[in-house]
Amino acid sequence: MSTSLPNTPQIAGSFFARDHSRHPPSYAPGYKSSVLRAPKQTLVSFDSTLSERTGPAFGHNMIGELDNDLIVNYARPGEAAIGQRILVHGQILDENARPVPNVLVEYWQANAGGRYRHKKESYLAAVDPNFGGFGRSITDENGYYWFKTVKPGAYPWPNGVNDWRPAHIHFSVFGTGFVQRLITQMYFEGDPMIDICPIVNTISDKEAIKQLIAPLDMGNTIPMDMRAYKFDIVLRGRRSTYFENRPEGN
Amino acid sequence: MVNTINYLKETPSQTAGPYVHIGMVPNFCDITGVIAEDLGKAMIGDGTKGERITITGRVLDGAGNPVNDCVVEIWQADANGIYNSPAEHRSGADENFAGWGRCPADKDGVFRFDTIKPGQVPGPNGAPMAPHVSLWIVARGINIGLLTRMYFSDEAEANAKDPILARVRPSGREHTLIGKREGDTVTFDIRLQGEEETVFLDA
Repeated sequence: MSTSLPNTPQIAGSFFARDHSRHPPSYAPGYKSSVLRAPKQTLVSFDSTLSERTGPAFGHNMIGELDNDLIVNYARPGEAAIGQRILVHGQILDENARPVPNVLVEYWQANAGGRYRHKKESYLAAVDPNFGGFGRSITDENGYYWFKTVKPGAYPWPNGVNDWRPAHIHFSVFGTGFVQRLITQMYFEGDPMIDICPIVNTISDKEAIKQLIAPLDMGNTIPMDMRAYKFDIVLRGRRSTYFENRPEGN
Repeated sequence: MVNTINYLKETPSQTAGPYVHIGMVPNFCDITGVIAEDLGKAMIGDGTKGERITITGRVLDGAGNPVNDCVVEIWQADANGIYNSPAEHRSGADENFAGWGRCPADKDGVFRFDTIKPGQVPGPNGAPMAPHVSLWIVARGINIGLLTRMYFSDEAEANAKDPILARVRPSGREHTLIGKREGDTVTFDIRLQGEEETVFLDA
């Protein structure tokens, strides 16, 4: 059955209003660096126009063979990153529970000891010469992505006197419209540092925080090789365009 | 008992953090050999249609300090006002112009895009919007990416009719969305907080 009617203009629907109660506010003083970087004025709201409903597309052909294998994509020939080998996988969906195919997902993280490969990073944990900490995927026709990596370590940061970030992986996701653009962080099930992290706690809704915690996925864990964690990401949904139907609408 | 609506909820945002460059512009922070060139670095080539311009500016925090660890992304239409996007329903986008760029700020908080001036895009009810570029800013300390638009100082007539600028006008802050054009350069400073704070959008 076709989801679009013939003889109707093809219009990409506008987006559901963003539910800011589930997102962190800009100003969250427990996370100190937000204090000078948060706008004081309110956001100016309007129903999205073509400028917000459209967004860039990236082809599968830009993805290199090792782009989603952080264990080896920076390693010297024949060597590999040190740490717990894990498979991270999931689906990009919209709020209508429709898969979002063919979109770019980028991810970055510290190494197994909690050390980032970055010139501004000075934590005394060692750099792993075989670990870069970056990868990317384009979702398949069902919105799925996956990558291999090592589980990142926790690391201390200068916020409170003794604040530590839980183990986490940063994600940047594109949708089909520019205002679906999302950057977030994935945490690991059972980590006791999640509850006490000032960055996690910029989100006041406890149910919303749960959406950032990836469960251990024994079903996809590979025996004698790597554990698996599942992390689905939900992007803003598009409204139905009843008289101008096309798949980008509901 | 009412029926249940089974919408999912959008995944909450988190800050991109100070090491956002590792994932978004790895070559910029010396992680070389994984990808050939940082994504969104070059927006135009010989075949791109339209008037060449450079968009540049500084991102500043509430104390006037440069936000020297942010990444700025831009999204714009081609010279004819058509977006190169699967969600664009009109055809004929310039195939030599993707319309998207990404630039990490330097130590002074300066970003720079070599691009083309966009054409007019239809807005609500089909009325044209003035030429504009959408910008999205992420950084340490920014919990949810900040969306804004840059309009052009040499488009006063179109700006006066723009429906989004009209929403901003009553607050007296419209000028914070106008990039200052001098020759081929358009300067657009972004102030995150305080005096002359840039208007940010929720759309």
